[in-house]
Amino acid sequence: MEKKAILQRFPRSPDVLLALLHELQRANPQNYLTPEDLALAAEYLGLPLSRVRDAVTFYTMFSLHPRGKHVIRVCDSPNCHLFGAWSVVEELQRLLGVGVGETTPDGLFTLELTSCLGACGVAPVMMVDDEVFGNLTPQKLREILARLKEEG
Amino acid sequence: MRRLQVLLCSGSACQSAGALEVKRALVEAVTELGLTEEVQIVETGCMGPCELGPILLVYPEGAYYVRVKPKDVREIAEEHFLKGRVVRRLLWGGPGPEPRTLPFFARQKKVVLANCGQIDPERIEEYIAVGGYEALAKALTRMTPEEVIAEVTRAGLRGRGGAGFPTGKKWQAVREAPGRPKYVICNGDEGDPGAFMDRAVLEGDPHSVLEGMAIAAYAVGAEKGYIYVRAEYPLAIKRLEVAIAQARKYGLLGARIFDTDFSFDVELRIGAGAFVCGEETALIASIEGKRGEPRPRPPYPATSGLFGKPTLINNVETFANIRHIILNGGDWFAQMGTATSKGTKVFALAGQVRNTGLVEVPMGITLRELIFEVGGGVPEGRRFKAVQIGGPSGGCLPESLLDVPIDYESLKEYGAMMGSGGVIVLDDTSCMVNVAKFFLEFTADESCGKCVPCRVGTRLMLGILERITRGEGREEDLAELERLAKLVKEASLCGLGQTAPNPVLSTLRHFQEEYLAHIHEKACPAGVCPDLIHYDILADRCRACDLCRRACPTGAAQGTPRQPPYRIVQALCIRCGACLEACPFGAVVKRPGRKE
Repeated sequence: MEKKAILQRFPRSPDVLLALLHELQRANPQNYLTPEDLALAAEYLGLPLSRVRDAVTFYTMFSLHPRGKHVIRVCDSPNCHLFGAWSVVEELQRLLGVGVGETTPDGLFTLELTSCLGACGVAPVMMVDDEVFGNLTPQKLREILARLKEEG
Repeated sequence: MRRLQVLLCSGSACQSAGALEVKRALVEAVTELGLTEEVQIVETGCMGPCELGPILLVYPEGAYYVRVKPKDVREIAEEHFLKGRVVRRLLWGGPGPEPRTLPFFARQKKVVLANCGQIDPERIEEYIAVGGYEALAKALTRMTPEEVIAEVTRAGLRGRGGAGFPTGKKWQAVREAPGRPKYVICNGDEGDPGAFMDRAVLEGDPHSVLEGMAIAAYAVGAEKGYIYVRAEYPLAIKRLEVAIAQARKYGLLGARIFDTDFSFDVELRIGAGAFVCGEETALIASIEGKRGEPRPRPPYPATSGLFGKPTLINNVETFANIRHIILNGGDWFAQMGTATSKGTKVFALAGQVRNTGLVEVPMGITLRELIFEVGGGVPEGRRFKAVQIGGPSGGCLPESLLDVPIDYESLKEYGAMMGSGGVIVLDDTSCMVNVAKFFLEFTADESCGKCVPCRVGTRLMLGILERITRGEGREEDLAELERLAKLVKEASLCGLGQTAPNPVLSTLRHFQEEYLAHIHEKACPAGVCPDLIHYDILADRCRACDLCRRACPTGAAQGTPRQPPYRIVQALCIRCGACLEACPFGAVVKRPGRKE
């Protein structure tokens, strides 16, 4: 069991909950936490399930619903806003055919918004999985999406 | 030592602008030209001027290449690396003066950022080579914990996370607090929009933070430390992981450091997307694996923090200052700055300013110097309007206050705040009511909901601002905003709520006429709020080319080809601006105010 292996890497101490949840979510190809994941974490750390759900629902980076293989997060902070973050969101919605918070039918992309990514000097900015892209233009968006689609 | 050192900025901003492609091109060119033995390529942390990235700094000449594209690399390699001729065309400032003499650099004083952009953050050897961990050695072998605290107190260092609490005093409180074990926490949950100094320090010089934490742990009597970094900063997380592993390998973290009785280790904790976790009690809850909700203070973390034990919690930049204070002395540090605000401060310049990026200046320089000298002023053709300083807890200051010195007290006096050091420059195309609304939207969204004044109060204020920007503002709205603001400030549980009204209050104070224009004249003077503007076609400029009619999504732009002028039927217009963009003759104009 791959998930068992993930659990084993952590001490059985309640304070590692968030790190454990990050790893379980990452291990899921659909980028979310299943009910079984929550139960596994609760049992392993000796916490009530309600306490695990309590934490999961507080943080925006955890999802209880299936997401795309790649999660695209467009920075919606004031500085990116000044430099056209919203036109980036609109262009992505057009290119992907989905709205914010939705996943493309092929299961490849989920479009989300994020708070400041701290790369304000190259606004507007977005993060795809763990990679940050700046100075976004419609042309650049098309290239990034094409590359990701190619990689599958 | 190789003949040339090529420093490539690999901070998040430069990476997102294509630094990694530049690196590939660089390695390829150097290999092809057979220069691998002569040219050393070093990936560094943030060099500062982010919008000019990717950046290459070539030593010994100090040639500062900006906006380098992969295709430029070949030319730089052949001309500069091979033939020794600097490609002046690609230097910052073009073929003009030596970039290092530009005001952007000359007015800065780099202490915290001294190593950022100069060393490879993934090699502890480079940090040690520039004096890294010397301060820890000095503290552990030649100073008592009390002497360390005295030195930090003498320096007058104050918390760089925003509130400005005296660091030495905090350390003393934790040292004196009964109970064991004690903990040291580094707050790297930098969430203020527009602030990225902590990210830059963690990415560019992670060991300086680890060293500061270790010295602090020695001073307060802790053996365990945590660094809490937000998940939005994957590169900072990666570099910290590398740094912690290397420090452990060298025995600079772990048991019996420098063969003394002092042991200290650090664990990395990652956030999960919640702004409020930057508040210290919320952050502690989050490290404990709980919802990141704040709790009332006292007790302060100094007496009851992580796992209920005495805990020292400082910000990234605060820790990064420590080694310099220990090595050079508190008096040296206290020479910089003003009577109450010592040392330097790192600011993240963003918005409508020529040089965006990361800068470090002595405390006490004026906003004007920061924005117009270091920052280069607003781009040509624009007019400075306001500076938003301190993020969602800060405020907007007008041009008349540009000569205010940057220190904790002065900024507060005028309704802004040092905050974490985010500086967003706004020009005449920004609507101040809209800016206030935007920041309040942010805090209302990020309010954790635990206490009513913050959860409900920010929503009520936001509702009023939304009405005003829709043109439905009422005479009594301004008084009501002030009343609610006072309530939210006084009654909220944590710093998030207590400072959330600041952007509204400061714009009300310094830009009241804009609010009044929205309310009385139903006009947005900056032409931003779509409900409070209208578009018109200037008859004498219109050539009846029909482009505006074709661009208009609602049929509001009307006319017949070759029969000027066209006109806009206001009742149909949704003020999207498509006609303005489409018109090649400048005949379409945007004007404040409604037109029926």
